[in-house]
Amino acid sequence: MNFQMEKSPSQGMLSNDVCDVLIIGAGVVGCAMARRFTLEGARVAILEKATDILDGASKANSAILHTGFDAPPGSIELACIREGYREYQEIYKGMGLVKEDCGAHVVAWSSNEVDNLEGIHAQAHENGVMDVRLISAKQLQNAEPNLSTKALAAIAVPRESIIDPWSAPYAYLAQAQKNGAEVFLSAGVSGGKFDSGIWTLSTTRGTIKAKHVINCAGLYGDLVEEAVLGEANFQITPRKGQFVVFDKAASKLVNSVILPVPTSRTIGIVVFRTVFGNLAVGPTAEDQQSRCDASVDEDAVKALIADGIAKIPDLKDMPITALYAGLRPASELKEYRILPQAKKNWISVGGIRSTGLSGALGIAQHVFKLYQKMGLKHKKLKNPMVPIANVLAEKAHRDWQRKDHGDIICHCEMVSEREIKRALEEPLPARSLAGLKRQTRVTMGRCQGFYCTARLAELTKDHFETPLSEKI
Amino acid sequence: MGKAFNNDEAPIDVAVIGGGPAGLSAATTLKQAGIARVVVFEREPEAGGIPRHCGHYPFGMREFKWPLKGPAYAAKLVARAKRAGVEFSLNTSVVEANRSGLLRVVTSAGPKSLSAKRVIYATGVRETPRSARLVSGPRVQGVLNTGALQSMVYLEGRRPFKRPVIIGTELVAFSAIMTCAHAGMKPVAMIEQNTSVTARWPTALFPWINNIPLLMETKLVEIKGGDRVREIVVRNGKGETRTIECDGVILTGQFVPEASLGRMGHIKVDPATRGPSVDQWGRCSDPTYFATGNLLRPVETAGRSWQEGKQTGLWVAADLAGKLPHYEQKAHPVRVEPTLIYAMPQRIYRNNLDAQDVAGMTHVQLRVVKPIKGELIASIGEHVIWRKNISAKPERRIEVPIAELDTSTSSNNQGEIVFSLVSQA
Ligand SMILES: Cc1cc2nc3c(=O)[nH]c(=O)nc-3n(C[C@H](O)[C@H](O)[C@H](O)COP(=O)(O)OP(=O)(O)OC[C@H]3O[C@@H](n4cnc5c(N)ncnc54)[C@H](O)[C@@H]3O)c2cc1C
Ligand SMILES: Cc1cc2nc3c(=O)[nH]c(=O)nc-3n(C[C@H](O)[C@H](O)[C@H](O)COP(=O)(O)OP(=O)(O)OC[C@H]3O[C@@H](n4cnc5c(N)ncnc54)[C@H](O)[C@@H]3O)c2cc1C
Repeated sequence: MNFQMEKSPSQGMLSNDVCDVLIIGAGVVGCAMARRFTLEGARVAILEKATDILDGASKANSAILHTGFDAPPGSIELACIREGYREYQEIYKGMGLVKEDCGAHVVAWSSNEVDNLEGIHAQAHENGVMDVRLISAKQLQNAEPNLSTKALAAIAVPRESIIDPWSAPYAYLAQAQKNGAEVFLSAGVSGGKFDSGIWTLSTTRGTIKAKHVINCAGLYGDLVEEAVLGEANFQITPRKGQFVVFDKAASKLVNSVILPVPTSRTIGIVVFRTVFGNLAVGPTAEDQQSRCDASVDEDAVKALIADGIAKIPDLKDMPITALYAGLRPASELKEYRILPQAKKNWISVGGIRSTGLSGALGIAQHVFKLYQKMGLKHKKLKNPMVPIANVLAEKAHRDWQRKDHGDIICHCEMVSEREIKRALEEPLPARSLAGLKRQTRVTMGRCQGFYCTARLAELTKDHFETPLSEKI
Repeated sequence: MGKAFNNDEAPIDVAVIGGGPAGLSAATTLKQAGIARVVVFEREPEAGGIPRHCGHYPFGMREFKWPLKGPAYAAKLVARAKRAGVEFSLNTSVVEANRSGLLRVVTSAGPKSLSAKRVIYATGVRETPRSARLVSGPRVQGVLNTGALQSMVYLEGRRPFKRPVIIGTELVAFSAIMTCAHAGMKPVAMIEQNTSVTARWPTALFPWINNIPLLMETKLVEIKGGDRVREIVVRNGKGETRTIECDGVILTGQFVPEASLGRMGHIKVDPATRGPSVDQWGRCSDPTYFATGNLLRPVETAGRSWQEGKQTGLWVAADLAGKLPHYEQKAHPVRVEPTLIYAMPQRIYRNNLDAQDVAGMTHVQLRVVKPIKGELIASIGEHVIWRKNISAKPERRIEVPIAELDTSTSSNNQGEIVFSLVSQA
């Protein structure tokens, strides 16, 4: 065993100091929260039960940065998405992140759906997304020449964008960390007590004290409240979404995000490009009890493939690269469950169901305002440090294009040896294959590890909780 | 004698993408034919291709008349190429193959562009991963293709599990069994979807196979587990499911050509073979590119790929000397009906060839999905141009002599040749 390092993100005891704000859960919401509170001058610590951050709902989504054109008018969700979009736009370049303004089309495939477009258009304008407009089948064909000619009409949403769903939250947390926040991984919260204005939370790595707690435990948000507060303010029923990822060659078949006309329950099956250069189809919407089982199933996947081919006929000759599923932390209500409990110095941030990637920065601002309303003040950081993220987007200038990157380990995704070694080191060391994939994209390409698993097993041999291999 | 590639020297005559058996033999042949600069670009630290990862017999019967283990075989091919004067650029990935032989390559020093008069595209095959097989279940560690398992065991001295299930019975499943035996892993079962074992097993293997329960007509339907594989669910021909406890899954075979350079660029890829679409000299849709070896189609042995590479070397040398028919001439496209999986080459020149032209592939290669007896028919439009009764199996190539195809019925020299296999009950 390694000698215990003080306050290491991944092992040893937790901090003895009393922090101002303790965040439970390092999903995209927790990461954005840690960043906002740190920048506002609070002493922040964040606890994550998994070995790597983004291990819950945030591990798999469609990676679309929404404008909020279709969010419920007047909702907190809408306000957070709009503010989240605005702040992302403001900070992403400086942090080395990406945003591809590919736009979206809500496509009507039946006359019923055509009838619904008016309403969506009106709602978008009510929501303040004024550049949304109705377009004809012909205009749609010009914009998306590979789309099936069965499309009848559409709404164009020019500013819907795609982003890197992992690098962004990593960058939020890295900035918090760089400016003083403490990150504790493998530290699951199991209980706590509130005494004389101070919280003491017990975790799998010992106890930690804080003045305020913000619960961002996503899929486990209600369970954390039951364990710590005795009762939960909301109940989570995970809603699974499965996806199919097609070969990179397929990404040239669409330009924008192809959205269906939504139903009351879900926005439906989307065809979208990723910033990594793939084309994906999904998600499904399936309620389930398990909070961790993100299984794919053959029938659902086949239906997605058929749906994709119906919309983009040329997809039929495209190989399939990957399948994945994500779990939405859905609650009884569609609206976000952001519930402050001033008497208990506790703020619940739950039920961030299907727009958390877009809303995270806005949610963090909103929660900070609620915190200020509790009468709390800090001195804003004057010149916060801005660490630069490692870019993974296909069109960006990647590490393999620079000097001295070592060998290319993953040939399909062009992941360099240097990128892997860096990701395995502090400050947020990858300690599972899943974590390393999110930080580097290794094995996520068309061969799915055929060529690189062996090298990777060697490179990661003393790093993972669940190692890839053992010595013979 | 063999030397490392230096970009500053004279222009490259032939660039070879991929230093497996096919690329190596093509390069060696070209040097022996007197071509000045032949450079093999290989993204791994050493050339040799898949055999370098296969620490077992038998390789090299065709080339060296003696059974060798994969790595020794690969080393011999590399040594032979070096002796012939082939240059090597190792740890070099070709990341773009552009028009007219313009390549983009990456080494640790970063990317650079180069060009060659001709390019030989020889990137081989890989196995179908879990995702593309649409297997249900959560993502768990311990699901590997044979190729990944072999390089882990033979190159890194490591093993990913101890009691795996082996899926499939193509010849490569034999490699999986050998690799398990070598690394102290005990397969708990071997599963085949079809009614018979796909490969003709080498008799030397029976002692090993006898210790592994073989489940026929059984399909893998789900993989279960937490962080790692815990069990799999299989379904038999009667539709009954059962679970098998195991700590790993080896997904063997279902080979696909590694044609991503083509697919991402301008070289046409055939959706049937999933390799580049070629004529009988292996010329791609951009005639500065020639495909060879297993990239052409799934799948042949190392020895056969080596043989193909050798021919490709001769054809490329002939092309450099102006002895192949002009690419723009009329050719017959080739296609198959659904009982067959593919036909290669996908484009055939007939009737109008010059006497001085070098002959290319002598046969069209075809494959079936499952064992079938029937009449194989080639036709152009209404006209049957060739027919024969055959008995075919998925692992065996079917060969149709190009010289026997009566293309005279196609007055314009470009009628589509369609192969179909009509089953006899
Ligand atoms: C299929 C799908 C598609 C989506 N598409 C989009 C999209 O295109 N755009 C968009 O904006 N949003 C999208 N989303 C929504 C977005 O992914 C979620 O809203 C977001 O990930 C929720 O993040 P979170 O931080 O609230 O929860 P989580 O990511 O679940 O984070 C909670 C964290 O808390 C940790 N934790 C749990 N219990 C404890 C404990 N006891 N102690 C310590 N830590 C604990 C967990 O391990 C986890 O890391 C999609 C979601 C899905 C599932
Ligand atoms: C797992 C597995 C096991 C097999 N076992 C056997 C066996 O036991 N016996 C047998 O006879 N056959 C076996 N085969 C069949 C095998 O494909 C052939 O034996 C033979 O290796 C094919 O030769 P090749 O030259 O066409 O391709 P390969 O041997 O695959 O060589 C292709 C080379 O191209 C390189 N390459 C790929 N892309 C690039 C790029 N973009 N830039 C630079 N370099 C690149 C690769 O690194 C590789 O070295 C096996 C195949 C597989 C996949």
